[in-house]
Amino acid sequence: MATITKSTGKEPLFHIVRRTDMPIWKSWLIRILSVLASLIVCAVIIVLVTGDNPIQIYATMFKGSFGSPRRFWALLQGIAMLLCVSLALTPAFKMRFWNIGGEGQVLMGGLGATACMILFGNKLPAPVVLLLVIVVSILCGAIWGLIPAVFKAFWNTNETLFTLMMNYIAIQIVSYFTYIWSSNKGNNVINTINNDTHAGWLELPSSVDKYGYMLNVLIVAALTIMMYFYLKYSKQGYEISVVGESENTAKYAGINVKKVIIRTMIISGALCGVAGMLLVSGTDHTINPDTAGGRGFTAIMVSWLAKFNPLFMVVTSLLIVFMQKGAIEISTQFGLNSSFSDIITGIIIFFIIGSEFFINYKIQKRAKEVEA
Amino acid sequence: MDKQTPAVSLRHITKAFGSKVVANKDVSMDIMRGEILALLGENGSGKTTLMNMLSGIYRQDSGVIYVDGNEVHITSPKDAFDLGIGMIHQHFKLVDVFTATENVALGMDKKTTGGAKEIAKAIADICDRYGFDIDPKQKVYNMTVSQKQTLEIVKTLYRGANILILDEPTAVLTPQETDKLFAVLRNMKADGKSIIIITHKLNEVLAISDRVAILRKGEFIGDVKTSEASVQSLTDMMVGAKVELDIERPLIEDRPLLLSVSHLTCLDKYGVKALDDVSFDAYGGEILGIAGISGSGQKQLLEAIAGLQKAEAGSSITYNDIEKGETEELIGKSVSEIKKMGVALSFVPEDRLGMGLVGTMGMSDNMMLRSYQKGSIIFTDRKTPRDLATKVKEELEVVTPNINTPVRKLSGGNVQKVLVGREIASDPKVLMAAYAVRGLDINTSYTIYRLLNEQKKKGSAVIYVGEDLDVLIALCDRIAVLCGGKLNGIVDGRTVTKEEVGLLMTHIDDSKKEDEA
Amino acid sequence: MVAAFIHRAIMQGIPLLFGATGEIVTEKSGNLNLGIPGVMYVGGISGVIGAFLYENSLADKSQANGFLAIMIPMLCCLLGSLIMGLIYSFLTTTLRANQNVTGLAITTFGVGLGNFFGGSLIKIVGADVPSITLSVTSKFFSASLPFASNLGWFGEIFLSYGFLAYLAIIIAIVTSLYLKKTRSGLNLRAVGENPATADAAGINVTRYKYVSTCVGSMIAGLGGLYYVMDYANGIWSNNAFGDRGWLAIALVIFTVWKPNFAIIGSIIFGGLYIVHNYLNQFFPFIPVDMSTQELIKMAPYVITVLVLIVNSMRRKRESQPPEALGLSYFREDR
Repeated sequence: MATITKSTGKEPLFHIVRRTDMPIWKSWLIRILSVLASLIVCAVIIVLVTGDNPIQIYATMFKGSFGSPRRFWALLQGIAMLLCVSLALTPAFKMRFWNIGGEGQVLMGGLGATACMILFGNKLPAPVVLLLVIVVSILCGAIWGLIPAVFKAFWNTNETLFTLMMNYIAIQIVSYFTYIWSSNKGNNVINTINNDTHAGWLELPSSVDKYGYMLNVLIVAALTIMMYFYLKYSKQGYEISVVGESENTAKYAGINVKKVIIRTMIISGALCGVAGMLLVSGTDHTINPDTAGGRGFTAIMVSWLAKFNPLFMVVTSLLIVFMQKGAIEISTQFGLNSSFSDIITGIIIFFIIGSEFFINYKIQKRAKEVEA
Repeated sequence: MDKQTPAVSLRHITKAFGSKVVANKDVSMDIMRGEILALLGENGSGKTTLMNMLSGIYRQDSGVIYVDGNEVHITSPKDAFDLGIGMIHQHFKLVDVFTATENVALGMDKKTTGGAKEIAKAIADICDRYGFDIDPKQKVYNMTVSQKQTLEIVKTLYRGANILILDEPTAVLTPQETDKLFAVLRNMKADGKSIIIITHKLNEVLAISDRVAILRKGEFIGDVKTSEASVQSLTDMMVGAKVELDIERPLIEDRPLLLSVSHLTCLDKYGVKALDDVSFDAYGGEILGIAGISGSGQKQLLEAIAGLQKAEAGSSITYNDIEKGETEELIGKSVSEIKKMGVALSFVPEDRLGMGLVGTMGMSDNMMLRSYQKGSIIFTDRKTPRDLATKVKEELEVVTPNINTPVRKLSGGNVQKVLVGREIASDPKVLMAAYAVRGLDINTSYTIYRLLNEQKKKGSAVIYVGEDLDVLIALCDRIAVLCGGKLNGIVDGRTVTKEEVGLLMTHIDDSKKEDEA
Repeated sequence: MVAAFIHRAIMQGIPLLFGATGEIVTEKSGNLNLGIPGVMYVGGISGVIGAFLYENSLADKSQANGFLAIMIPMLCCLLGSLIMGLIYSFLTTTLRANQNVTGLAITTFGVGLGNFFGGSLIKIVGADVPSITLSVTSKFFSASLPFASNLGWFGEIFLSYGFLAYLAIIIAIVTSLYLKKTRSGLNLRAVGENPATADAAGINVTRYKYVSTCVGSMIAGLGGLYYVMDYANGIWSNNAFGDRGWLAIALVIFTVWKPNFAIIGSIIFGGLYIVHNYLNQFFPFIPVDMSTQELIKMAPYVITVLVLIVNSMRRKRESQPPEALGLSYFREDR
């Protein structure tokens, strides 16, 4: 028999295998290390841009968030708003429904609140207006979430693209009403609504809540705990997890998958509506097409980075809001553009999503494998 | 070329998955040029694994492959192609939205293939030469399964394959399509190609092959010339001598009728009849075995009973509720409706982590998969499943760090214990288990047999779909044998021989129908 | 007047056409790059930086060399968007990160980068208005054929654009032919439809994903360049590019992943973007104010959603997104 050895293929030096055995502490260690690495990279960039010493810079950032009670409350408000949207998106993501339409759902909620405040502000008693504000904003958000869900459930319409488009439809609708309701015809700005009566304002007496953010923070704190329990301990939360894991298993367990998709997206949209209400009725008392402020997108990353755990989301949204506020502080101090914060946010997220690879896969050397 | 040199020689091929499962052990065999070799063996006998090593999907742990007498290292499908080896897998590797021509062209250099016209012409040439019939412009999603298979073969031939491996090619074909395929294979043989056909259908082996090589439990048993083989001799070689298993089989006197299946017909996802007019009864206090080569309709049968599979008109499955004294129709009911009707039905599906359990959840959360809706409050009851998980963990000796460790991190045997433990815990009247010991070690397998027997003693009707005939014969009171979606007979597990069951599995004899024990 | 409208519609459509063509090339490999809006910003600002550096290196701005004035910003733009494409590819293809999260992060990062450098340049110049003007280089970009204005409506509709507009159309046609007619295009489509099959056929899935995503990003980046250098006459002001990146993604769906349809589609979208300015002239009897304008700007998105819905209901296989869109490929997950 001939003994010519014909090697037709190149064996790669290493190959990548999926791993399932990493202990939880180790995976969190990797995530924390990646955050630290990203902070170092950010520091390097900041130094390059500003030429100042990095410790000084981080001190400045700290001051930006904790420098005064007002700033501290503003930080909490920032966290609360981002967290609220993240909480809203989480049930959908757990179900593997890519709801990237948070921005639109928040805006529609805000628009609902605005409409009630403007249309009924002088006609109905203030408590009734507030009640209407709450109901209508939740309803508006829910409808905006429901539409793509119905098409996904019955016709398997791509939800990522659908919800994405719904954002811009919502933005244009809000632009339209901003014009219709603008305080001075044509300037496209709605001044503070019901400034005299405070009808439809969601607020605590200023003696309790000096900066006007406390109620928002409290509501979102309550929502966080509720969402945590909903996902972890409720029957519906259980169904969401099963559907997200495997539709086959869900059917085996007797779960109506269509119903769960639609119900979950109503909840997701409704909570976005709450966020819109907190922004309009609880904070700004007005609306513009930028009221959601990109939170619908940032929240996707917050929720994903926290592995869809509402309690971890407090930490991830703290990280993002802190870095954003800090970067804004730096840019004011050094006269940079405020978009600097977006660059910082982007870098942090790149590092954290990149680190997931090292949690889910390991790199094996070929030679080693053959020996073993 | 030297007629004596085999086209392919395998020498001492061994392949293991993990530390426990040895798929192929020291297999040595030859494939000659211009012959059709049937590779015969039961499910799990390592046929597909062996051929996957030849086609570059897997790499052997030890052993050598020679092609035309030269030692070769096959590390990827591309290597195999370069050596003239092509495999047609059971799951076709085709792009649905492409035409036949486009699929053939995929990944090939345009300098060697020419444009669409040249390829279409080459396809036409191949078709003429071997008697295929495909439209080069047809899109794959518009093709029937048989056409897709033809396209796969043409694609392989186009790439210059001289050695073709077909993995259970007839499993998805109608008898007419099978005949057509065989005619083509004979033409290819006449052209000097080597063909390996993996199958466990004996009549087809006899009809098409020149030689039969038999694998059993990963080992090469031997080969015979087809002209010297018979259905009986092949069955004997395939199933081997009877292995005495020490499995308990108590006889329960009181056997009430619990489940009646009558005229059950179901379609698979291709719209082909997966079950064809199947009727049988299942009684409490007995284990009814379901035997059959894989894909004979076992999956559809169990899923139809569980409310997961749509049945055709005329089908009926009735559940006899002895306590209520009522008979209830299960066809047309959803899983949750069946549950609400109070039918005590448990189901251990074949796909443990993809259907029976949620891999990312712990034992505790998995315990409530089928019962989480109990109670009227919106929160799930956490204590009962936790207690049950602890109980299952202790009683079945599940090895897990704790009851909240995601079950996908457990070993196969422990996963199965979790699944069976849960299904048994609900005190079922009817318990269905599909391939309940597949991939498990001996000890765990015996644990599962013991659990099934316990249910039987409690008066449940146990339906056990199995593939190891020794186990079926030792465990079951009666065995229903499916063959190509038809019920080919129900035999008494205490008296039947392995060969008889093997024959019923592979061979429908129309002359003596309904030979029921 | 109709000619003027079509002219403006095409001007509006060209950035979308670049973006959509780039995104189609990317999506055909199974990568849903939601970072395209960011990539287009980066493309724009990179070009601006290149032009800025070039203009400032000139002692006498009237001595600007047309070739350099075009090549420097263009190469900067291609380089900037290439880097963005590489970041996306590295994260999603090599590290197998989630495509949606990565894409959105790219958008945040890219828009931030654009506005940051834009803001910085504006500060360096110390302009009174919040914008930076690069009219010297811009005039090379927006130069149209000299005799176009002599040919009446024909010249206005067909000949009155800078070279990038024609480049956009050429790229769209070439891409269309590439996807339809070439073997490499066939392989690319296979990667996006069924990477496992492509892999089995000996196609290097990773390489195709990288190359198509990077090339796609560079094409999209040119959209940003065109916008600032030609459409906006070399004036960069932060956020002026607006939501055009998302419109480009909408256009991909609207044209069911076909670059040649995108040529017409981009003009339709561009027309819808500006039609409110013309409604009064076309239909004097319809009262049009600012509010109507906002509703009309909604139209591209609404139409896109309708196209998405109709296609999913019809289940016509050719009108679906690439089957493996948004999924990472890992060979051993069979």
